[in-house]
Amino acid sequence: MSLMSEVGQKAFNLGVPLAVHMDVTYRCNERCVHCYLDHDDHGEMTTAEIKDVLDQMAEAGVFFLTFSGGEVFMRRDFFEILEYARRLMFNVKIKTNAAMIHEEEARRIRELGVDTIQISVYSHRPEVHDAITKLPHSFERTIQAIRFLRQQGLRVTIANVLMRGNSSDHLAVQELAAELGVQYSLDPTITPMMDGDTSVLALRIPGEELTEVFHNPALVGNQEEFCAPPKPPSEEDLEGYSCSAGHSFCYISPYGDVFPCVQFPLPTGNIRQQKFLDIWSFSPQMNEVRSIQAKDLTVCSSCSHVSSCSRCPGLAYMEGSMRGPSTADCEKSFYRTGVPTANMLRQGLSKPRTTASLIQIRPVAIPA
Amino acid sequence: MPENCIYIARSSAIAARALAGEMMVMNSADSTFFTLNEVATTIFQAADGHTPLREIVRDRVCEQFDVDPEQAQADAEQFVAELSSHGILLVSNQPLAAETF
Repeated sequence: MSLMSEVGQKAFNLGVPLAVHMDVTYRCNERCVHCYLDHDDHGEMTTAEIKDVLDQMAEAGVFFLTFSGGEVFMRRDFFEILEYARRLMFNVKIKTNAAMIHEEEARRIRELGVDTIQISVYSHRPEVHDAITKLPHSFERTIQAIRFLRQQGLRVTIANVLMRGNSSDHLAVQELAAELGVQYSLDPTITPMMDGDTSVLALRIPGEELTEVFHNPALVGNQEEFCAPPKPPSEEDLEGYSCSAGHSFCYISPYGDVFPCVQFPLPTGNIRQQKFLDIWSFSPQMNEVRSIQAKDLTVCSSCSHVSSCSRCPGLAYMEGSMRGPSTADCEKSFYRTGVPTANMLRQGLSKPRTTASLIQIRPVAIPA
Repeated sequence: MPENCIYIARSSAIAARALAGEMMVMNSADSTFFTLNEVATTIFQAADGHTPLREIVRDRVCEQFDVDPEQAQADAEQFVAELSSHGILLVSNQPLAAETF
């Protein structure tokens, strides 16, 4: 076990919120076709409120902090927030489309000791990227920003969301990442919009195309191991937990709502009403999430994939039950291994359903 | 002031947080990651740039832990040299100003 894994396990066992994803705004300069966010400002936290949360998070033991959005640079105070976070010695990662990063911003990001900048790139073809972001010249601006950041010696990761409009481009985007000297990550997950509109799910790539992705050694490493049929779960597997959501990780929205994860829209409290640590430690919802072991899962506990599936409890919650299956992950397990999941078998399906209806994160109403 | 007086300060490039009494430290420049034991954590937390290392060992380490003072000083110097080589601690024979962003 690596030192980092040991620390992660220790935090998990102690119930320390080691990592937090904080969206500082939902506003954005792009209008990506697959985005689940509503880009209006419904009362974002002020600079002072965010600084107060950061103080509380440092006190609670948070070490890894991801700033995301929306587009973080839509906030004029973003560098002030970033500097404050770094003074509190968080390890900071930024997720951005980078279109607003020029030489000066890149230099400042380096001065502030940011660990990694994750940047969305949808295609190596400008017209495809721009058609997805709906911002003319966004490809050119994003790639130029990556070059500025690299000139500063910063670590950059290209995040490539896979959808119907760009599904044939991922290998070329990977090559582009190599040419730019940056890391590459691919994600085929498309989620419904915040208002529950599921029309964006039509952008998901057909399940069959996942097979190609999962059998590409350049993306998954040891393909034989990655795609091997699942091993029967051990007792230890059944005692295990799904992921770090609620155990050592949580999400904070621009409005101060706290959730177990960015992809887990179960409201647990709001930091405008309660202290961060009180929500983390005493929220009944958070405690329910962290109580669920694999053996408690209604369908998945009897599934042969239970020990190797990427089952997301947040996506399962969006489908109706945090103890239920996540169809998107059933689909991934099936196309990765060719072995049907318990969820498919109980429905008599030879291929996974691809359009489970999901709910999505919404701002929590705060009583006056 | 003795000739071998060493001053230490934390680099502004690092991230750090205590987890159950032990300090996690990461240097964003090269992603090196360390966890420090309780003694090393005490020294790290006292690295303010103007307290000599010898004083930190005498007033903090030897006060809090059951250690031989000479051995503690030698171990502290070795620890400081290692973290300095990774850019986590700044070392000087003169007081250091706090690094700013």
